[in-house]
Amino acid sequence: MLSPADIEALLLTFKVAIISTALMMLFGTPLAWWLARTHSAWKGLINAVVALPLVLPPTVLGFYLLVLMGPAGVIGEFTNWLGIGTLPFTFEGLVIASVLYSMPFVVQPLQAAFTTIGELPLEAAATLRAGPLDTFFSVVVPLAKPGFLTAAILGFTHTVGEFGVVLMIGGNIPGKTRVVSVQIYNHVEALQYSEAHLLAGVLLVFSFAVLLVLYTVLKTQPVAHQLK
Amino acid sequence: MTNPIIARFQLDYGAFQLAVDLSLPGSGITVLFGHSGSGKTTLLRCIAGLQQAQQGFLEINGTNWQDSEHDVFLPTHKRALGYVFQEANLFPHLTVAGNLQFGLKRIAKQSNTADVQHILELLGIDHLLKRKPDCLSGGERQRVAIARALALNPEVLLMDEPLASLDFKRKQEILPFISRLHRDLNIPVLYVTHSQQEVAQLADHLVVLEGGRALASGPLSETLSRLDVPLAQDREAATVWPVTIVEHEVDYHLTRVTFAGGTLSLPTVDAVIGTPLRVQIYARDVSIALEVPTATSILNVLPATITGLADDHGGGLSVVRLQVGGLALLAHITRKSALLLNLQIGMAVYVQIKGTSILN
Repeated sequence: MLSPADIEALLLTFKVAIISTALMMLFGTPLAWWLARTHSAWKGLINAVVALPLVLPPTVLGFYLLVLMGPAGVIGEFTNWLGIGTLPFTFEGLVIASVLYSMPFVVQPLQAAFTTIGELPLEAAATLRAGPLDTFFSVVVPLAKPGFLTAAILGFTHTVGEFGVVLMIGGNIPGKTRVVSVQIYNHVEALQYSEAHLLAGVLLVFSFAVLLVLYTVLKTQPVAHQLK
Repeated sequence: MTNPIIARFQLDYGAFQLAVDLSLPGSGITVLFGHSGSGKTTLLRCIAGLQQAQQGFLEINGTNWQDSEHDVFLPTHKRALGYVFQEANLFPHLTVAGNLQFGLKRIAKQSNTADVQHILELLGIDHLLKRKPDCLSGGERQRVAIARALALNPEVLLMDEPLASLDFKRKQEILPFISRLHRDLNIPVLYVTHSQQEVAQLADHLVVLEGGRALASGPLSETLSRLDVPLAQDREAATVWPVTIVEHEVDYHLTRVTFAGGTLSLPTVDAVIGTPLRVQIYARDVSIALEVPTATSILNVLPATITGLADDHGGGLSVVRLQVGGLALLAHITRKSALLLNLQIGMAVYVQIKGTSILN
């Protein structure tokens, strides 16, 4: 059976994933909306920055975050000045790193969905007295619903599966930063293969079930298409 | 609403410039006619506020919607307009009823809404309310789009080639609705099209656009017969006369109609005496004689005065503009005939009208 430490790691993982997904949807939606509609010269640069975690080794991203958020880093100095200390090896730091790491999985499906909607329904809404914000919630959100679902599910599952970034920025603190992927690593390190099997199995079944729902029930396009 | 619509716009996209200064009637159907690239849709979008002209002034029914000199630009959603897009553009996630209510829910409670039931009956869509747009035919979708725009009781209805994506049969199904609209609801309509047939069938007032400029703007018959507008030289050039039925000659299957200054015989029209009609007379169906033709099979021979002469730039045709009673008429005759008859402006002649078509 799962040990209390395993259950603790599982609960922490889902806590990080839920909070991170909520934050990614909150910040990713306006970012994706802007990217889908802007003609700004900055668009290419922002697109590249958002997509960077897709290609960067997680340890590289985690390393830079560690440096930036550490006591000598720009962010670290700022958080110290605010009186909240430094973020590495804290739950909050882990959430921030997760948000940055999984952001492309939220922004890109949303951006694709918004681009597909195009200009016409927005213009129709405007001629029917709906202001921009009203139009977003009454026309864009319902039309982009598959995009929102895909973004939330991919963002969530990707956060659940992160390892490299956590190790760099969060370490291995039980109840605080020790997520499932790290716990599995600990089991393997300690040659506790049956425990590792159990936990790995939980993650495998979970991830597969979520993707199955995504591609069969919701009939979403595979990720590769979303990311193009 | 009787206040004129004042629309002045200047817009520069580099390759395309729009520069118009128009005063349009505050009632009836005004058709903005032009070929693609003439700026007719851009003009309509500027009126809707969907595009913002750098320099612009727009006043509708006494309300200022744009005045760039005083930094006034009312966003589209604050303009009391109805807009019908080329491809219906219904919300796919809502039913027909949901589409109709979308705007209704958002207009201020105190403003007088249109009689929605009346509009549904007028457009024949009251049985479609529960359907989703993808379960409608093209013609039905376009009728729902018109109803959706009208339900808000707008101060002006803007229509951007609403029939362009429909086949001939569907067009004929919707045209009568549109010409009935402004009579029944008294909302001024600005209607964009590149179809001369739609101009003839719908327009009360005609604006001809070319290269972002308005070549002409005026009442339909007057504008159609202007020799300085390329329409008069077109193979399909025609004038449209408003007439009224006065008599049915049952034995001959003919109907007699009057117009300002005379009468015409038409093939029998199935409508009661007193019914107003639009009669289209193609310039190629009009011939000219210097004296009353005594022995002719043509029934419609009318006295007329020549008010203009032009040639068709390289073809063998002369375009003659004539005044018949209170109405203008165009005739396409060969240049040779014009020379042989020595036609001059001011001459009194007779026109023979070989054929007419009734538009409603």
